Amino acid sequence: MNGLFVSPSPHRATTMSTARIMLMVILSLLPSAIAGCVFFGPRAAAVLAVCVISCVAFEALSRKIMKREQTVSDLSAIVTGLLLGMNLPATTPLYIAVIGSFIAIVIAKQLFGGIGQNFANPALVARIVLMLSFTESMSTWVVPYWYTEAVDTTTGATPLTASWINYTESGVAYKMAPFTLGEMLWGETGGCIGETCAIALIAGGVFLIVTGIISAATPVAFIGSYALLTFIYTGSAVETLYGVLAGGLLIGAFFMATDYATTPVTTKGKIIFGLGCGLMTFIIRTFGSYPEGVSFAILLMNLLTPYIDKLTLTTPFGAKKPVKKAEEK
Amino acid sequence: MNKLNGIHLAHNKGTKKCETIDFPLPKSVIIPMSQHMGAPCDSLVKKGDEVTVGQKIGDSGAFMSAPIHSSVSGKVTDVTDYLLPNGSVCKAVVIETDGQQTVCPDLRPPVINDRQSLIAAVRDCGLTGLGGAGFPTHVKLNYDPAKTPVDTLVINAAECEPYITSDYRELMENSNDIIEGILLVQKYMGIPMCKLCIENNKPDAIELMKEKTAEIGSIDIVTLPSEYPQGAEKVIVYSATGRIVAEGELPSHQGVMVMNVSTVSHIYRYSQDGIPLVKRRITFDGDAVSENKGNYFVPIGTRVSELLAHGKAEDAKKILYGGPMMGMCLYDTEQPVTKTTNAILAFRNGELPKTTACIRCGKCVRTCPFGLMPLMIEKAYNAKDVEELKKLKVMLCMNCGCCSYACPAHRPLAEINQLAKGLIPRK
Repeated sequence: MNGLFVSPSPHRATTMSTARIMLMVILSLLPSAIAGCVFFGPRAAAVLAVCVISCVAFEALSRKIMKREQTVSDLSAIVTGLLLGMNLPATTPLYIAVIGSFIAIVIAKQLFGGIGQNFANPALVARIVLMLSFTESMSTWVVPYWYTEAVDTTTGATPLTASWINYTESGVAYKMAPFTLGEMLWGETGGCIGETCAIALIAGGVFLIVTGIISAATPVAFIGSYALLTFIYTGSAVETLYGVLAGGLLIGAFFMATDYATTPVTTKGKIIFGLGCGLMTFIIRTFGSYPEGVSFAILLMNLLTPYIDKLTLTTPFGAKKPVKKAEEK
Repeated sequence: MNKLNGIHLAHNKGTKKCETIDFPLPKSVIIPMSQHMGAPCDSLVKKGDEVTVGQKIGDSGAFMSAPIHSSVSGKVTDVTDYLLPNGSVCKAVVIETDGQQTVCPDLRPPVINDRQSLIAAVRDCGLTGLGGAGFPTHVKLNYDPAKTPVDTLVINAAECEPYITSDYRELMENSNDIIEGILLVQKYMGIPMCKLCIENNKPDAIELMKEKTAEIGSIDIVTLPSEYPQGAEKVIVYSATGRIVAEGELPSHQGVMVMNVSTVSHIYRYSQDGIPLVKRRITFDGDAVSENKGNYFVPIGTRVSELLAHGKAEDAKKILYGGPMMGMCLYDTEQPVTKTTNAILAFRNGELPKTTACIRCGKCVRTCPFGLMPLMIEKAYNAKDVEELKKLKVMLCMNCGCCSYACPAHRPLAEINQLAKGLIPRK
């Protein structure tokens, strides 16, 4: 008999694939993306669509130009596009969204070798570059349902830019949050398209943890350390909870700090990564001149990932430490 | 005690109900003079010699070897060169059967009355581990009790590979031989405790063995979780005793000896009838086999093509010695069943999914039973960084294949680990 197929063991393989993992991530992001479209209208949907389409186009184009194997079918460009769009305000001019996609896919990802090779999260890099380059557009926030009302002022504050209301009652000073807890959870606040709906983000994150796509270590360490530091600093549970639900913390902790390529491999490493992110976010939000610190925190920890990886190698089963050679007489 | 990592596989043990039957005697057999690790044997016969069942036809003076016996009676038609699946070449004896199966008149049950006579008998029997790895059994028994006293005999009946049911059938059909074999080894080797380990996907075997050993205090039945690779030596030692066989150690360094369940019962049978290892039970299965799947006693040296014809497996594209996780591919259907073959599996489709780029998901690290980091090993291998490979302890890899199996990018990580081992200079 001829034509036997010969290969080294094992002769079985999982049905999981990179594309299926990416599909799960896309599914987990959809609730929050849809919530963003409901709150911020067709304009938000347009930003998301432009980001996804241009990311996919840049991915396909750069692979073609570089004469590398086409990787567009692994769906990772869709994840990047979706994440980038969700991290932009609904009123972002569409050409800025295209520039962002170029930075994410071409500069941050493909120039470093494509999927798995980038040192920093592509969507995050793009968001930071856009924030520094187009500060005005990138910090113009519309109020939820602005598109349905014929009101003059449609711009509003985000939970992180709005000021707390100070008042005194019976001689005791109180601080009141600009948004209620219900608004914060549901997401009816100003902010980027995909970052406001806390319930949808948590649901997506839990879905990824339960299906084993991501480890709970990073989000727990990230959110936990941020909450702890904020609570110690402010002494207020309300302010702590508010801070956790505000801004990009949830989307960052569940979807960006868990990116495989740019974060540590081992659980120990993931915990260190999460703790570092929580600390940096707290420092920037509390003492920095930017209202939001999640992006910078994750980017900084992305840079440290190779070192964290080196310091958190596993100890193999039954491995012996190298014995130092006996000193020669 | 931490649980070791592993993977859950579809069991596919469709042949578990198939009682073992004798495979029809082939017209001719080809018996390689090297069937397992260790030194190859020299052929003791030449073309034209008449041989009988159980007659010694190959032996070696080397310590790490076991004699080889004829599985049939008939005439030696050739002593030829044979290409082993591992790429090296050895001699092989081709015997045309006469259909009489005349048993060698010199065979006598061995006289076993102490440790040395047991070891000598096991060597004469030509016995090697029947689980698949094929370590010569007498070498395993020949540890130095003064240096490495063994207090626990671990009997491996995990059978964690999918499809294979040959050890299960041994448990169900020959439970008395197993128990007698264990008691024989315990008595003459002076091993007080025995742990017979069975995966929990074989509840009837566990129940049967518990019932049969209820009165025997020195044999303990251990139920293992059905998780691949429970049957790997270091894993089963850890699961059964909690002891860690460290880098560079043998189980005997931890006071343990591991023996496959079919091996130990064969020792007992040999002690009774004196017939060496000339046939063995194999599981014959796979989606290319259209009929007669099951368990067979097959004379050593039977060509796999005979089995395939018996099972009408014309469109087999991938044929394996052993299970789908660690089994080795046949390059030719004329290759024979050897002492270490516990299964012949024939599949219609042999191709694996296409390899894509590593996304650093870490699945390989989380499934490795030994906590190795295959993704880092691959990087170090590509950079030919020997120091890094040593640091990553690639030599500990047992090639169980969990990493390759679990990789969503379908990278051949287990294969790379084996290639990486080759870069590290041997001491």
